[in-house]
Amino acid sequence: MRSLNGHLRLKSDFTLFKKMQLRDILTFSLRAATANRGRVLLMLLAMAIGVGSVVVFISLGDSARRYVINQFSSLGTDLLIVLPGRSETTGGPPPLLGETPRDLTLDDAMALYRARTVGRIAPIIAGSAPISVQGLEREMLVLGSTAELFEIRHLALSQGSFLPPGDPSRAESVCVIGLKGKKELFGSQPAIGKWLRIGDRRFRVIGILSSPGVSLGEDLGEIVIIPVAAAQSLFNTSSLFRILVEAKNTAVIEATRQSILETIRLRHEGEDDITVITQDAVLTTFNRIFKALTLSVTGIAAISLVVAGIMIMNVMLVAVSNRRAEIGLLKAVGASRGQILGLFLAESTILSSIGAVIGLILALAGIRLAGILFPQFPLQLAPWSPAIAIAVALISGIAFGVLPAHRAANLEPALALARR
Amino acid sequence: MIHLQHIERMFMVGEEEVHALRDVSMRAEAGEYIAIMGPSGSGKSSLLNILGLLDRPDSGSYELDGTLVSGLDEKQQAAIRMHKIGFVFQFFHLVPRLSAFENVALPLILSGVKPDERQTRVTAALASFGLGNRARHRPDQLSGGQRQRVAIARATIMQPSVILADEPTGNLDRSSGIEVAEILEELNRQGMTLIMVTHDPEMGKRSRRQILMVDGRIQ
Repeated sequence: MRSLNGHLRLKSDFTLFKKMQLRDILTFSLRAATANRGRVLLMLLAMAIGVGSVVVFISLGDSARRYVINQFSSLGTDLLIVLPGRSETTGGPPPLLGETPRDLTLDDAMALYRARTVGRIAPIIAGSAPISVQGLEREMLVLGSTAELFEIRHLALSQGSFLPPGDPSRAESVCVIGLKGKKELFGSQPAIGKWLRIGDRRFRVIGILSSPGVSLGEDLGEIVIIPVAAAQSLFNTSSLFRILVEAKNTAVIEATRQSILETIRLRHEGEDDITVITQDAVLTTFNRIFKALTLSVTGIAAISLVVAGIMIMNVMLVAVSNRRAEIGLLKAVGASRGQILGLFLAESTILSSIGAVIGLILALAGIRLAGILFPQFPLQLAPWSPAIAIAVALISGIAFGVLPAHRAANLEPALALARR
Repeated sequence: MIHLQHIERMFMVGEEEVHALRDVSMRAEAGEYIAIMGPSGSGKSSLLNILGLLDRPDSGSYELDGTLVSGLDEKQQAAIRMHKIGFVFQFFHLVPRLSAFENVALPLILSGVKPDERQTRVTAALASFGLGNRARHRPDQLSGGQRQRVAIARATIMQPSVILADEPTGNLDRSSGIEVAEILEELNRQGMTLIMVTHDPEMGKRSRRQILMVDGRIQ
């Protein structure tokens, strides 16, 4: 009877028992965490190195990925490249007689205009040939193409004009040269309107490309672009090196690919003997490769975080055994098991967070420094890496803090207080 | 009001069973002043730990102010320790990195009392124990007597009904020991039940009732 009565009275007592304020938990734990300097500093260093290296590696991989993707994207993602020959085999038996793929011809290229989704087309013949001006001779890459190459490859001119539009089978004797090639052949003399010799033919310079950049591995500085028909007779061939096709927009790339395959199959007696590469597919592949690379390198760096986590656990275990009396006392003045658990978890989480913040600062400094040392490589902080670093720190602080906190919470107060 | 009935407590020390408390029953009315005496190892501290809910008996019942506290769970017992019981220890048990003020404020912090209310209550408590100018000192900057006064301020900041003191003067010189005893007796006069473990006969004589323990039993 009396115990029931007592129990009811106790319920009303509980309204007095409020939860500890968050700010008090943080202050108490922060001061406890920073009381033991030496060991804590070592642990913070380990955490900082772990978090810092994860952030740096993520940023490194991400920056490399962006760099490559940017290089490719500058070509335009609505581009398709048509190559002669199959790059993949079907399941059928190998041909008994050696089969060579049919050539892609200029007529094949022009036939592609019939597809509704095709915007621009640039057939390309490539070869290298000696270029000479008044006794000066250079071996250079010669590209035979049409006026539309200019738009498809996002070229820019510093002087003059590009190949004239019109019937691609007309072999006009004009050429556009790269900036570096112009300097080697003409020096500082004006080149527009001058004649140069490619092999045994003469061409008049009508334009000079600007930006001596490298695009897809081709040095646009040392290049001569001539009409495709002129290149056919120069290299004595009717077969194209490749055809660049620009779809009307990125949404119809797959449809364009299908209609290219179909058009060429009809013209090549039912044989699928070309390969169509889309920029999109190339980009996706690169994206995947770089993401996998970043992930695996980050994984290696994350091992150091585990080491840091174990150091947190060590620091906290030592703290618990050094502060047995304090834990006993907290229990004696009314701390519950849950409160002690919370205080020690807060302590390990605060420690790992401080380590993470230091690591983040180190990473930022490292990335800044790398930017000064290697300005040509655009290294920048991956936008989501700080979030990952902080999250990992919190998780490891809690995960590796659980065992010590449990040990603290389960201490018998009478035993903990018995000795000094 | 405290009522213990048939309390048993056994420990395993290595291979050996130690019977710390054997069939201990006792009553203490509110406002009593009791000294628990006896040779070392007689179970005085074990009894005090049971009374303070720092330890659970193997069997028996414990009723405090009309509540059967031996049947409560861990969290409820923590609440009882916070609101009804104040502890004073031989070795003070102040948290070394915290100032006198912060040590006294600990129970208020744990129970979620807001900072401004803490400030007034702790300041008043320190002043009433003659420690007004020692608030910012850390324990190692205080004398033994001052430390024990800080500990008493901490034990009473929640206005408990019972003060349990385990050899409160055992680690003090004679004059500060008497000073501490007088402070505890003054609190007892204000209505708090005072139960003190001591093996000093002189301290024992100051109390109104002595309980002698021998070999885990009350004689």
